[in-house]
Amino acid sequence: MKTLAELEAIRQKTLDRVGLRVDKDGARIVVGMATCGIAAGARPVLLSFVEEVKKQGAENVTVSQTGCVGMCRLEPMVDVYVPGKEKVTYVKMKPDMVERIVKEHIIGGNPVYEYTIGAAEQSK
Amino acid sequence: MELFRSQVLICGGTGCSSSGSGELIRLFEEKIAENGLDKEIKVVRTGCFGLCQAGPVVIVYPEGTFYSRVKAEDVEEIVTEHLLKGRPVSRLEYKDKTVQSNVEKSLEEIGFYKKQKRIALRNCGRIDPENIDEYIAFDGYKALAKVLTSMTPEQVIDEVTRSGLRGRGGAGFPTGKKWLFAYNSKNEQKYVACNADEGDPGAFMDRSVLEGDPHAVIEAMAIAGYAIGASEGYIYVRAEYPIAVKRLNVAIGQAREYGLLGKNIFESGFNFDLHIRLGAGAFVCGEETALMASVEGKRGEPRVRPPFPAVKGLFGKPTVLNNVETYANICQIILNGADWFASMGTEKSKGTKVFALGGKIVNTGLVEIPMGTTLREIIFDIGGGIPNGKKFKAAQTGGPSGGCIPAEHLDVPIDYDNLIAIGSMMGSGGMIVMDEDNCMVDIARFFLDFTVDESCGKCTPCRIGTRRMLEILERIVSGKGEDGDIEKLETLARNIKATALCGLGQTAPNPVLSTLHYFRDEYEAHIKEKRCPAHHCNALLNFEITDKCRGCTLCARNCPVGAITGTVKEKHVIDVKKCIKCGACMEKCKFGAIIKK
Repeated sequence: MKTLAELEAIRQKTLDRVGLRVDKDGARIVVGMATCGIAAGARPVLLSFVEEVKKQGAENVTVSQTGCVGMCRLEPMVDVYVPGKEKVTYVKMKPDMVERIVKEHIIGGNPVYEYTIGAAEQSK
Repeated sequence: MELFRSQVLICGGTGCSSSGSGELIRLFEEKIAENGLDKEIKVVRTGCFGLCQAGPVVIVYPEGTFYSRVKAEDVEEIVTEHLLKGRPVSRLEYKDKTVQSNVEKSLEEIGFYKKQKRIALRNCGRIDPENIDEYIAFDGYKALAKVLTSMTPEQVIDEVTRSGLRGRGGAGFPTGKKWLFAYNSKNEQKYVACNADEGDPGAFMDRSVLEGDPHAVIEAMAIAGYAIGASEGYIYVRAEYPIAVKRLNVAIGQAREYGLLGKNIFESGFNFDLHIRLGAGAFVCGEETALMASVEGKRGEPRVRPPFPAVKGLFGKPTVLNNVETYANICQIILNGADWFASMGTEKSKGTKVFALGGKIVNTGLVEIPMGTTLREIIFDIGGGIPNGKKFKAAQTGGPSGGCIPAEHLDVPIDYDNLIAIGSMMGSGGMIVMDEDNCMVDIARFFLDFTVDESCGKCTPCRIGTRRMLEILERIVSGKGEDGDIEKLETLARNIKATALCGLGQTAPNPVLSTLHYFRDEYEAHIKEKRCPAHHCNALLNFEITDKCRGCTLCARNCPVGAITGTVKEKHVIDVKKCIKCGACMEKCKFGAIIKK
């Protein structure tokens, strides 16, 4: 290594790996990963979130998992906490819905209403 | 580049390794693979988290869930419950005694960490110490790059001087001044050395830094080399620290591979490389002149100063010798600026200090606190107080060179000067907490015993003087103390302090002087009344059987000298004349009927 740019390149490359360990105060995406969630397909959803956050370059975002909240029929469920805003719950998630949530909600700040629990309950 | 959604950090420091963290790492990897999670979850071996009492420690990110005392049989549950299904295993989560709740505890919420400010230990428990990329990700080698590409040696020395950093090895000499002396010594060949011969009983912060963040020391030594004009450095580390030695070797190898050690670093024309020298564990080799003699391959004996190492050090050349923890602060000072560092601490002691908490304290482990924190905060807020409801009696700081701080000084803000004013010293940062059961005369005897063992024998006051002091102390704790013993101790102590050759001898009487100062009544009770107020010194105690005795005869059968008599189902009696005070009866009694008085 001879230059500052090379050092910075290694730093950026590794930051993806160690970034999980830095305290974050930004948005938190929490995926329900109890037996019900996993059975309904939560794992691919969680992995898509991890990939999509990285791909779209959303900074300061934590992707985490949680247990069962009791509404197993709506799994896979995902809660999005943006600091200063109310929690938004997305239900019956599929991996192809992830891209829009990261783009419009996490980065854009506008929840994707048709995926939310409110929309799901109304259409019943 | 693979993406991991979660990481399991497992402490690989000496404390947790000896309680089985190596096996845990293997099991976690196995179970994670078994559950098909190995593409999503990574296991990382880190350095010490500091809370050694609760080891082995496992932290799961991004949640920051803190598991303590994890056993091999717990691994499967953590993997299948937490990692697979997102349900933290609350049974294994660290329980903070100060907070009565079952709320999921993350690292930052725990009382042990709340009051800490981790600078020297900032990467310990956060990075994989054997992976240079992770160090670089957390701004590693950025300070070296900054120094080499945009600062002159004078500017570097000025920055360190203005930060107010003082030597963390114990004496507290201003680091910037030391560097300036070496800078001003004109010579073609100069050296940078690192003192990692941590010898104080109970101190292990240097080991933790080397184990958890070896690159921080390497980088800082290179910066020191640039500042004073040295192209070579030596790290003198104890052979008893095998994990630290191994990680240092790995780190030096990686730094060389990346060109961060070697020729023409960052194309600045600056060359620097490091060597490791292993010490064989002699305490005196922590003294700088003895250390340098040992590095040179000579017998580890001190010599008279001046000349100081900055003028005539290793191989007769100007040398900067700093302690591990001192170096661990350097890169942060360069990156964040002298003003940032100087904003922490007290007027004359800036920044933070790492303490190794040991003895009668709930949270045995490693803590880093801003200078000026009080002893009370360290022991009660961070350390969790004294176990078993006992009363705090004193804290010993500074190891065999320091002294005991009694309860009346609990609220003194800790810094170099305040500790000296109350008869102790900062030392390398060992802090041994004592409760009402500790006999202060015996503590003084323990430390003297250590110095007598470790005296190199070169000068008479230390070789013979400390032995005479030890003999007197041994006499006192065995109930044979005589009138005038205290005065003899004081005279000897004064003479040794004034005439010994090096720091070891000059400070050896301190444990006696400070206990005499604060606990003179205990010495007097031993000598005049043949009584140990803490009920610790066996020779001054009598064993007695109380009315709790059921007459089970167990004690009588176990007494090696037949001093206990009595019939079955009736209270037994100890013949004090025959009793040799071995305590075997007390250990065996199932009813707690035997007491020491």
